Amino acid sequence: MLSDSERKAIEAELPLYERRRSLCIEALKIVQEHRGWVSDEAVADIAEFLGMGADEVDSVATFYNRIHRHETGRHVIYLCDSVSCWIMGCDRARERLRETLGIDFGETTPDGRFTLLPIACLGACDRAPALMVGDELYGPVDPAKAEEPLGKHP
Amino acid sequence: MNRRPLTALIHPGEPPPDLKAYEAAGGYAAVRAALRDLQPADVIDRVKQAGLRGRGGAGFQTAMKWSFVPQGDDAPRRKYLVCNADEMEPGTFKDRYLMEGNPHQLIEGMILAAYAIGAEVAYIFLRDEYPLCAKRLRAAVAEARAAGHLGKDIHGSGFHLDIHLHISAGRYICGEETALLNALEGKRAVPRAKPPFPPVAGLWGKPTIVNNVETLCFVPHILRHGADWFRGLGKGSDGGTKLYGASGRVRRPGIWELPMGTTMREIIEDRAGGMLDGYRLRGVIPGGASTDFLVPEEHMDLPMDFESVQKAGSRLGTGTMILLDDKTCTVGMLRNLQLFFSRESCGWCTPCRDGIPWIEKTLAAIEAGDGREEDIDLLHTHTRLLGPGRTFCAFAPGAMAPLQSALRYFEDDFRRHITEQRCPYTNGR
Repeated sequence: MLSDSERKAIEAELPLYERRRSLCIEALKIVQEHRGWVSDEAVADIAEFLGMGADEVDSVATFYNRIHRHETGRHVIYLCDSVSCWIMGCDRARERLRETLGIDFGETTPDGRFTLLPIACLGACDRAPALMVGDELYGPVDPAKAEEPLGKHP
Repeated sequence: MNRRPLTALIHPGEPPPDLKAYEAAGGYAAVRAALRDLQPADVIDRVKQAGLRGRGGAGFQTAMKWSFVPQGDDAPRRKYLVCNADEMEPGTFKDRYLMEGNPHQLIEGMILAAYAIGAEVAYIFLRDEYPLCAKRLRAAVAEARAAGHLGKDIHGSGFHLDIHLHISAGRYICGEETALLNALEGKRAVPRAKPPFPPVAGLWGKPTIVNNVETLCFVPHILRHGADWFRGLGKGSDGGTKLYGASGRVRRPGIWELPMGTTMREIIEDRAGGMLDGYRLRGVIPGGASTDFLVPEEHMDLPMDFESVQKAGSRLGTGTMILLDDKTCTVGMLRNLQLFFSRESCGWCTPCRDGIPWIEKTLAAIEAGDGREEDIDLLHTHTRLLGPGRTFCAFAPGAMAPLQSALRYFEDDFRRHITEQRCPYTNGR
């Protein structure tokens, strides 16, 4: 079941779009904001609420990089691995995070604190290598101390 | 008169100008004047006189695009303007700079563009990874609405406009304008068949103009200062300034607003401060990941404008350069680029969906020292199979641009990996 606040937040977006089903992406984002990720059950609930098929909603959910169909940690670390960050050492930053956190791309720490994911160019090429934790952008990050910014995210 | 119109009010690290500061510097004067004195067709005409070309990568004439929108009593009443703020081209960070630095400038440009085409609803399609842009745009839209620059009957002109911020859920293909429209409609962002083109049938089937952030930001300045002034800013046939950028192993990576047609040498040596100590420049991707390599031996004095870069075999693209140095492995860099493209391919058409991962795996094998002589031919073949006209949209041809040019300029690098059965670069990574 979608919660009241989820329903309200989705309905609030309705005047901005010509059709109800156009809210699909907004609805997925709103549910993710509330729950951290989008479960099978949530996909079905959104589909019902918008008058769509669940498979249709899932095909949208799985298309976009920032919709999580798996449970994530409290904070998602998005490590930019596009070309400028690659030149400046993002592979070494990834290795450092693997050593210090014990997780690679797509994995979550056992304490549920961090999930590590790659992300397409963060548009911070003048600050490469860059990473984001939640909404916070960090860069240039010293690849040998890539875990340093994580202290601010308990 | 100001030679850096787009960035005059931008001071990185400080908050952007609020409405008061923006208006004190002449902001929204163009909106007041246009809504009072100009017909929509006059606005299009002034932008046409200026010769403004789209700054998102393709360089299409902005006024011509606007003129494709059907007007008159027979045309659909509802029309849309969409600002493409889905900046995701690897190596590109210019639109972020404009939106974080001066959000009112973009809003003013959107009001003028919407007036020109007769749109009463506009969207900013912003990528999810730019939360600071979202915050600042929201605040600026609210200020502009409170001041009567947006809403019903703007400044008593009878023209209405609302601007909505749509935050994407993230996928590179959303930068392709028809894929963007599908995303805005809440669907998977696969490109649409063209024709019909969006100016005729776009968002929810209505006439829609999609313009890049930097393009829209120029419009207020053109209306305020005129076409001659705009043309005079450029060094060659293309008018205006351009936001150029440089990243990679340079002393001062960054963004600079310079006359359109500034040479590669000036951007790299004077602005970016040249290469870091111990590194030599070997290649330049001039305008984001989907443009062909240029090389310092031939192109340092190339004016970086649309025509000159095209004549040199590449594209100006977004104007933000990625620099390849002598300690970075070319094959590794290409593998990284193709990994990006293989991940971001929307999967709609087979050559792109299956071809790019195959290329990425081939490059990975070469980089790891497992390459075979015939792999080079295989790569060449793929640059043709995924080239222009073979795929549904321009994504795959864009992905092939850096590969085909790297095979031309750096073939020795590929061959050395294969003959030595190892990566000859040791401290690049």
